[in-house]
Amino acid sequence: MKALRKLLDNIKPHVQPGGKFEKFHSTFDAFETFLFVPNTVTHKGSHIRDSIDLKRTMSVVVIALIPALLFGMYNVGYWHFASLGQEVSFMQTFTFGLLKVLPLVIVSYVSGLGVEFIFAQVRGHEVNEGFLVTGMLIPLVMPVDVPLWMVAVATIFAVTIGKEAFGGTGMNVFNPALLARAFVFFAYPAKITGDYIWTAGLSGGTGIIDGFSGATPLGLASAGQMDKIPAINELLLGFIPGSIGETSKIAILIGAAILLLTGVGSWRIMLSGLLGGLSMTLIFNAAGANAYMELSPMTQILMGSFLFGIVFMATDPVTAAQTSRGKWIYGFLVGMFAIMIRVFNPAYPEGTMLAILLMNAFAPLIDHYVIEANISKRLKRALKASNS
Amino acid sequence: MSKVYKIKKGLDIKLAGEAERTLTEFSATHVALKPTDFIGVFPKLLVQEGDVVKAGDPVFCDKAHPEVLFTSPVHGKVAEIVRGPKRILLEIKIELLTPETYTDFGKANPSNLTREEIISKMLQSGVWPMIRQRPYSVIANPADKPKAIFISGFDTAPLAPDYDFIVHGQGDVFQTGIDALKKLTNDKIYLNLPDGMVNSKVLTNTRGVEINHFSGPHPAGNVGTQIALLCPINKGDVIWYLRPQEVIIIGKLFAEGRYNARRIIAVCGSEVRKPKYYKVPGGVGIKKLLAGNVNESDVRFISGNVLTGTRLEPDGYLGFYDSQITVIPEGDYHEFLGWSMPRLHKHSFSRSYFSWLTPDKHYVADTNLNGGVRALVMTGQFEQVFPFDIYPTQLLKSIIYNDIDEMEKLGIYEVDEEDFALCEYIDTSKTEIQSIVRQGLNSLRAEMS
Repeated sequence: MKALRKLLDNIKPHVQPGGKFEKFHSTFDAFETFLFVPNTVTHKGSHIRDSIDLKRTMSVVVIALIPALLFGMYNVGYWHFASLGQEVSFMQTFTFGLLKVLPLVIVSYVSGLGVEFIFAQVRGHEVNEGFLVTGMLIPLVMPVDVPLWMVAVATIFAVTIGKEAFGGTGMNVFNPALLARAFVFFAYPAKITGDYIWTAGLSGGTGIIDGFSGATPLGLASAGQMDKIPAINELLLGFIPGSIGETSKIAILIGAAILLLTGVGSWRIMLSGLLGGLSMTLIFNAAGANAYMELSPMTQILMGSFLFGIVFMATDPVTAAQTSRGKWIYGFLVGMFAIMIRVFNPAYPEGTMLAILLMNAFAPLIDHYVIEANISKRLKRALKASNS
Repeated sequence: MSKVYKIKKGLDIKLAGEAERTLTEFSATHVALKPTDFIGVFPKLLVQEGDVVKAGDPVFCDKAHPEVLFTSPVHGKVAEIVRGPKRILLEIKIELLTPETYTDFGKANPSNLTREEIISKMLQSGVWPMIRQRPYSVIANPADKPKAIFISGFDTAPLAPDYDFIVHGQGDVFQTGIDALKKLTNDKIYLNLPDGMVNSKVLTNTRGVEINHFSGPHPAGNVGTQIALLCPINKGDVIWYLRPQEVIIIGKLFAEGRYNARRIIAVCGSEVRKPKYYKVPGGVGIKKLLAGNVNESDVRFISGNVLTGTRLEPDGYLGFYDSQITVIPEGDYHEFLGWSMPRLHKHSFSRSYFSWLTPDKHYVADTNLNGGVRALVMTGQFEQVFPFDIYPTQLLKSIIYNDIDEMEKLGIYEVDEEDFALCEYIDTSKTEIQSIVRQGLNSLRAEMS
């Protein structure tokens, strides 16, 4: 480690402002602080500081996403070979998925971090760790057959317009990963909808066995084929077609456990989101106007990206409501709208993405009213004191 | 009347190097008065180098309030007047002379004095600055009539001194001090004690005060926390506050007729070899006090506690309001992939480390920032260590964009930087929160005057 430290210390003068390679200052800084916690000491205020930093916080989220990523890889291979009607070993299945998914992950990280590094350099900031999570979320919410260039374009769009234009990490209004997903959906509707994009190789259309559909449970539901929706345990285990990271609810729940145990993810949002989804389903059940409305709450919750969205996307601290009471309201409405959009919107089978983006937009308003209540409470107290 | 208030939000940071409950009398050779200890005071020097002052003789006064005198805590010779950039007055160093001589202010029973006589005595002798006020946490204005006076009888900060130990045997002067303070307010004096204080009867037997009990983690012992629960500050309210040692010094002024600025302090921290209590004159020089008792490594000397204290040079002086000297290691080192390591030896409020599994372990904390400065990303963390009905993040942001109206609405009158110290400690983004709060209070005070 000493040799590495020495190497960095040797390079450092050249990348400082005024040095030969000052354009790489932020980039160097990002790598240096990744390798070594800086030797900065406290100057003002509290002399000691908590061991937590944004790198650790974000890496906890990345770790929480890994079960979903690994299962996603296996599931990609599983459906690919299922569509071809081939029986292959576990390793072959996983390797196929790995080779399909890894390029998506790399493209997302490289394009997104590239933008981040440039902006950090121009602004003279340190590179923010927020994209470590976004970069992992983007491939996980994509269908496997999405072209790589599309992922790159969507990522660059999301980071530039969705985040940096607002002032960078901590200032953005919309969840960048969802923005990337929405960009792909709205910019290339023909390539990202339908039943064939969820299985690797299916869009090529060669060698597919007869009768293989590749439709997601949500696709089936919106087509009215309720009898074909997989059973609860299949939805739970995740051997179903869908976006890469969303299918295994077990993997998502492991991630949720990590987030909740470490306190990194907001339990208020997760719980209220779940309650919101359940209440909406129960309302639909009571109304019972069509077959979709009559789906059981369990099926609704386990279908599609509802859980993935509630656990990993709605809990993004920057774009969610910031006050505790606001988080309850925000989460509950995310859950309600996700189910409502799913059931009512004929154009797009999944409602979670739109529900979260919609509530991202309303989160500051929710907080505003929560804080106004606190302010008026304080004013009332002052009035009471001055009257007595 | 007594009631137990349970503080739920907060954090006890357990550090190594707690002071052992033994008391050593320390014979100092140097003390200093530091005008920088007093927020908002513009000092006007009243002595020159070489002047001899008795304990209680004025050294400087506040230009805005010339009646507020700052007097020498000892009998001695003005050895050096230290100025900083822009000729800011930093320290007035006084070398002790023997025998101890005090200026006589006359013994008196405060019960027989009027409010004006008490105030005048306190101003003259230099004990007045011991009374501070909320909002702004500045020296109280003698012309004000406070809504109440608050005395927190315990300190919950890391390695804080035990007031129960400090006040032991000084019940009479404490009561005299309370009697004097009683004349300063029409309303109550609140004396706040920890739930279950049993050892010393000094504080529990105090007469003429309303005693309330508090339990729970830091900041239960902060006066700000206690005011918020018992007597919340509205715009226009003024509350005065002080600590038990200061009440004792005020009591001695009336009982002995002199400014006896001796106080008991805890010398503590992981880098102190034998952490214990010392009886020292106010503003004592730490160089001789700590000689031979501190590990010879790169350390930081702090007057006060690790959360809110002031950094001292190795030859610095105890702060006016402090009852604690803390010595901790500096954190000037690189840690390879430190952010990804288990770091079992480090304390964190976050459960992504493991210190929450060992709540009784005492940690050696250093001054490393443990990360880089970032935008405020995480939410809902401050609220867990901030026992006020205030939205901390929103208040901080209103200070950053300097919106006075918004600050008032969000409750800035109820807080000072000390109340935000834990937020700063646990902050993932490493923002200098206490400075921001002070900046807000200063701009509000400028706006109001």
